[in-house]
Amino acid sequence: MERNFTCTCPAEQTDQMQIYKFSDPAIDITLLEPYLIKYAGTEGSLITVLQKAQDIYGYLPVDLLAYISRRTGIKPAKVMGVVTFYTQFRTKPVGKNLILLCQGTACHVNGSSDIEAAIRDYLKIEEGEISENGLFTYNNVACLGCCSLSPVMMIGDKTYGKLTKDSAVKILKEIAQQEQKEAVE
Amino acid sequence: MKITVGKGSCGIAAGAGEIFSLLEQKAPAGCPVVVTGCIGMCYLEPIVNIETDDKNITFVKVNAEAADEILKYINGEENKASQYIIEREDLDNLNSQQRIALQNCGIIDPENIGEYIAREGYKAAEKCIKELTPEQVIDEIKISGLSGRGGAGFSTAFKWNAARSSKGDKKYVICNADEGDPGAFMDRAVIEGDPHAVIEGMLIAAYAIGADEGIVYVRAEYPLAIIRLELALKQAREKNLLGENIFGCDFCFDIRIKAGAGAFVCGEETALIASLEGERGMPRLKPPFPAEKGFWKKPSNINNVETYSNVPWIIRNGGAAFASMGTENSKGTKVFALTGKIAKGGLVEIPMGKTIYDVVYGVGGGIKDGKKFKAVQMGGPSGGCIPAELIDTMIDYKTLVAAGAMMGSGGMVVMDETTCMVDMARFFLDFTVKESCGKCIHCRIGNQRMLEILDRICDGNGREDDIELLSDLALQIKDGSLCALGQTAPNPVLTTLRYFLNEYEDHIKNKKCTAHQCKALLTYFIDNDKCTGCTLCAKKCPNKAISGEVKKAHSIDMEKCIKCGKCADACRFKAVVVD
Ligand SMILES: Cc1cc2nc3c(=O)[nH]c(=O)nc-3n(C[C@H](O)[C@H](O)[C@H](O)COP(=O)(O)O)c2cc1C
Ligand code: FES
Repeated sequence: MERNFTCTCPAEQTDQMQIYKFSDPAIDITLLEPYLIKYAGTEGSLITVLQKAQDIYGYLPVDLLAYISRRTGIKPAKVMGVVTFYTQFRTKPVGKNLILLCQGTACHVNGSSDIEAAIRDYLKIEEGEISENGLFTYNNVACLGCCSLSPVMMIGDKTYGKLTKDSAVKILKEIAQQEQKEAVE
Repeated sequence: MKITVGKGSCGIAAGAGEIFSLLEQKAPAGCPVVVTGCIGMCYLEPIVNIETDDKNITFVKVNAEAADEILKYINGEENKASQYIIEREDLDNLNSQQRIALQNCGIIDPENIGEYIAREGYKAAEKCIKELTPEQVIDEIKISGLSGRGGAGFSTAFKWNAARSSKGDKKYVICNADEGDPGAFMDRAVIEGDPHAVIEGMLIAAYAIGADEGIVYVRAEYPLAIIRLELALKQAREKNLLGENIFGCDFCFDIRIKAGAGAFVCGEETALIASLEGERGMPRLKPPFPAEKGFWKKPSNINNVETYSNVPWIIRNGGAAFASMGTENSKGTKVFALTGKIAKGGLVEIPMGKTIYDVVYGVGGGIKDGKKFKAVQMGGPSGGCIPAELIDTMIDYKTLVAAGAMMGSGGMVVMDETTCMVDMARFFLDFTVKESCGKCIHCRIGNQRMLEILDRICDGNGREDDIELLSDLALQIKDGSLCALGQTAPNPVLTTLRYFLNEYEDHIKNKKCTAHQCKALLTYFIDNDKCTGCTLCAKKCPNKAISGEVKKAHSIDMEKCIKCGKCADACRFKAVVVD
């Protein structure tokens, strides 16, 4: 984790929002503006603002956090403290499809570690990394609440249950094919 | 005629979404297709119900073909739908339960407030606000003997009374829907299937303690629960069941949702409050209890989802009716999430005082694939396991604690002979180490040390004195931790040591994992009599550890074998033996 991120805070440079440049050019800060305004001055809304930001940008790069700190008046150390405390927040980008692989008790008992091994083998990535084609990242989570269908994984808003090593890989293959088809069209 | 499709998260994961669309597209005019929540029979999902004037038929494991047959049945054409009708036994299992918290789950449309109201919904809140004093409400809850369903089992009336007695111009009612215990999903099912029961329970609590603001803290992994709850809140506001002057009385109350951000410890009430305030979710020292100084230091009442959803029933039927069920110190019913190696996994609601046998072999239908029952984990990472020889243990707060486990939130993860108990202890410790907030030393470092010991035992490097070291550390961590996360973290280790010491000894002394789960302790070899020399295993082996000529028995080089199990998976003749 970079430590001296206050220095890189884009908000130091100017107060006019339009000119802010973030290290990730894809970040359009105007999208977050309505929420910064809505929650400005509401005590205790930091987590909500961070959730909105991650919804919009997919992740929370450090310079964005510095900007949020500036705008909300919450100290950078506290923003970082909150981001690193909760597993939902990530400071690195993820692949187009985020796989949440359940490692809860029920899934563990029913062999979720084998599913992880199969996914890792197939995608050739470790947890949190992006696959070569940019399509996938997998994260281990503890329980998706569909324990009776364990082992379970969730991709986007779709949950897949009763996984086997083969079926998990098959699902990923199908998604990749679908993505390819869409890319061609 | 009406078609109902079970669309809880589990139903949807089993394919109910597609079935719903299919039926909606093709159902004849005048036959509405509606949604309901989870009925609890997750092993039979997707479930479709057909209601006519005189009949009610349930179809289970409905796939696209089944849906077609059901449509034919509805249209009066020749069909094969009957093969998808629910079995008598499963129906009996459902009917044998006593449903209070789950009374509407899987029956009403959670997205339609009218259906909740039609089943006496909001009658209890109306009665409280219009006819009873707050003290009378608390008295009724006291008579019921309702205790918290979130884990600790603390008296609900006592908490409400404390929050009522606390002085303050502003008070809060908070619903704990963080449901962190992996393997428990009753709170999700209740919110997805009957959100108004939770809202009504909170409304009654608010009236009883004198609060005007409510918050539901829902874990982020439950997107559907958040959507359904949002809709329910909107509909309740439209009917003025939330807002100003509820039931025309001088009482105002509204509820908002706060989505969690993924931290198990935020289920602990003081950590939950810290999280609501936008902070890291670190538990705070008690006292002061939330009832005195809670959210923004104002008196706050925190209850679990299931606790609130029992409240309307208690007010409608009287506390005595609730107290007539259960045991001396555990009243009413409890919902259990039955998962793991169980034949019929799902949710069951039964009166307290039944035995574990009743649940596992009654409603649960016994162990999957005819294997042998070994233990059941209750109370999640804070609880413990109950071994097969104690299967007649009564489900009640005190007896479970005496056996080394606890009621917890009601997760029951069933384990069979293929589950390694040392690995399970390691699994739970790994979980608590990851989830420890790091505030106190015993929890942060002590649990880490225990995990390291368990890791080495599972890796075949266990030492003679490790068992003693584990017990010693466990007791110190229990004593020295600030919150219940640390205080209870060693429980899974302590109960497995108590009931499955032989497995620890096997791992440490004999370097054997009889359940074949700890990879480092396994040996793979090829049964010469069964091997046909098809060479498939050699091709699959990532480390080229298998050699042999075509059509002749192969062999595995133990030095090279990384125990990945790919050969065993690949072999079509079951010639790869694991020991
Ligand atoms: C580590 C930890 C995790 C907890 N997680 C939950 C949870 O997920 N849901 C819950 O309702 N209670 C949880 N609790 C219990 C709460 O602290 C609190 O006792 C409960 O919400 C009170 O509600 P009740 O009286 O209705 O049970 C947890 C406690 C601890 C120590
Ligand atoms: S343990 Fe995997 S979904 Fe609950």
